[in-house]
Amino acid sequence: MKMNSQVLKKSSQINQQPDRKEHHKKANSTWNQIKGSKQLYIMALPAMILLFMFSYLPMFGLLIAFKQFDFSKGILGSPWMKPFYANFKILFQHNSQALFAIRNTLFLNFLFIIIGTIFALFITLLFNEIKNKSFKRITQSITFLPYFISMVVVGIFVTSLFSFDTGIINHLLTLVGLKRINFYMSPQYWPSILVIVTIWKGAGYSAVVYLATISGIDPSYYEAAEIDGATRWGQMRYISLPLLMPTVIILTLLAVGRIMNADFGLFYNVIGDMPTLYKTTDVLDTYIFRALRQTGDIGISSATGFFQSVVSFVMVLVCNKLANKYDKESSLF
Amino acid sequence: MTTSKRKFSFSISLFFIYLFIMLFSFVCLYPFLIMISGSFSTSVDTMKYGFSIVPRHFTAAAYSILLANIGSIANSYKITITVTVVGTILSLVVNSMMGFVLSRKKVKFKRFMNIYVLITMLFSGGMVPWYIICVHYLQLKNTIFALILPYVVSAWYIFLIRNYFNSVPEEMYESATMDGASDFLIFRKIYMHLATPVLATVVLFSALAFWNDWWLGLMLTDNNNLQPLQLLLRTITANIQFLQSTNASPETQKMLSQVPTQGVQMAMVIITTGPIILLYPFVQKYFVKGIMIGAVKG
Repeated sequence: MKMNSQVLKKSSQINQQPDRKEHHKKANSTWNQIKGSKQLYIMALPAMILLFMFSYLPMFGLLIAFKQFDFSKGILGSPWMKPFYANFKILFQHNSQALFAIRNTLFLNFLFIIIGTIFALFITLLFNEIKNKSFKRITQSITFLPYFISMVVVGIFVTSLFSFDTGIINHLLTLVGLKRINFYMSPQYWPSILVIVTIWKGAGYSAVVYLATISGIDPSYYEAAEIDGATRWGQMRYISLPLLMPTVIILTLLAVGRIMNADFGLFYNVIGDMPTLYKTTDVLDTYIFRALRQTGDIGISSATGFFQSVVSFVMVLVCNKLANKYDKESSLF
Repeated sequence: MTTSKRKFSFSISLFFIYLFIMLFSFVCLYPFLIMISGSFSTSVDTMKYGFSIVPRHFTAAAYSILLANIGSIANSYKITITVTVVGTILSLVVNSMMGFVLSRKKVKFKRFMNIYVLITMLFSGGMVPWYIICVHYLQLKNTIFALILPYVVSAWYIFLIRNYFNSVPEEMYESATMDGASDFLIFRKIYMHLATPVLATVVLFSALAFWNDWWLGLMLTDNNNLQPLQLLLRTITANIQFLQSTNASPETQKMLSQVPTQGVQMAMVIITTGPIILLYPFVQKYFVKGIMIGAVKG
């Protein structure tokens, strides 16, 4: 009854052509309603203000990509570049470092997404086969542990493994009678090392997410499959995996949406400032950071950042559209 | 006959499953073991035999060197604890208030506010304008606020909380309003209590983020007194001479020659990460619960 009357009210509101009087009345009631729930608006204020400060102001600040930025004049006061796209010219010059950074960002993130997802799925399915509860609990806790460690610490872990003099890998190599490898002078090894580090840090977390999805699968599927004589392998292949797919696809799409954004913490702490390794490890975020904080070239860094922000935005929109098409519930909007 | 055969091959594959999981767990744990043992090893052993899981000769020299610098470590601890506590509380209050507002039916401009929050998830100005705004316009450089405020609001948390509040029956709110309770009172007395699991998730993830943060310190401070723990660790790593410069005493110099610089680094890792490792067994299941809440809601 109550619902019906509400629906009626709503539709009548839509159908009415509001004349001036009505309009006035409506505006008045809006004001009254705002006054009535004043507290709600006050409660929203802190979040709105902080978002404005740390998200919206920087968005407007993207203007500096077209300006000759001068700290003393501020963003609005700085003169425009002539021509206004001059900062971008350097960016797309033949063989520029920025192009390398773009290529590395895309390539490495692509590797992280593909290999990371496959590995996480793999150990999830293995975890799912383990019936010994305490073994499962302990090993899952251990594999989840790296997620809690800051990238600074991860950087130190990597150094202790790969450093030339005291690194564990090099120590093992000499034990077997092989030559030491100077990892920090050899860019070719780093894509693989970075993939391993990413898996090490993130696989346990992903496994938790996927196992949560599996625990939501109706057990009667498995029971029915067992009655029909399906092996554990068959159940894994034809029940667990297909039912995990929606989660996998959504998470992958969201990750692809961010493919232009490198994990700055990973690259800054694990690689650091190693010009010898830039060829394979310099990504957009480290490139922008260097231009901003070390060489102080705000023109280049802001133009690169602008490019990154815009391409990212488009990627996120496209990927969300795809996610939305795939499953209405799980996209961001 | 066939069934026994299948059973046999199955248990072999089960053996490999257990073996692989054990191996991967070991790989995950290995660096931690190395850190602990490395921090107690002598430099001679490390140079000669490399790092081992158990120290060959036990020494606490690395820790005693750090003890000589207790001042900067204690200060960093103070900064990190302050930032974590204040930041987490602010994050909890600000995000849950916003989530509550977005879940109320009677709020005008709700669509606008939703979009306002959503846009921050989709589009970002990036590092350069953010840095210039923080330093030039908000004057955050070298203040404690710089280490807190930028991380307080998160669109993810807001929507997570909003979705939870949306699932609370509206009658709850209506009847409380009938009884004359104000919005803020309803939020504090009823909704905050109902949402404990979600709020716990927000608290844990945000506390972890604040504790582990070095990025804000790197970008917005160059004052040693404001260095959070992770940044101090970075500084020590990047610039191990900090030990030599702050300790001129011959005694320390002698100790320095015996301890690998890496030993000191590792001891520092233990000191900064120790609290997380110690708390980990107790809070881990809540993180898992939190991820499940997030995963189910998308």
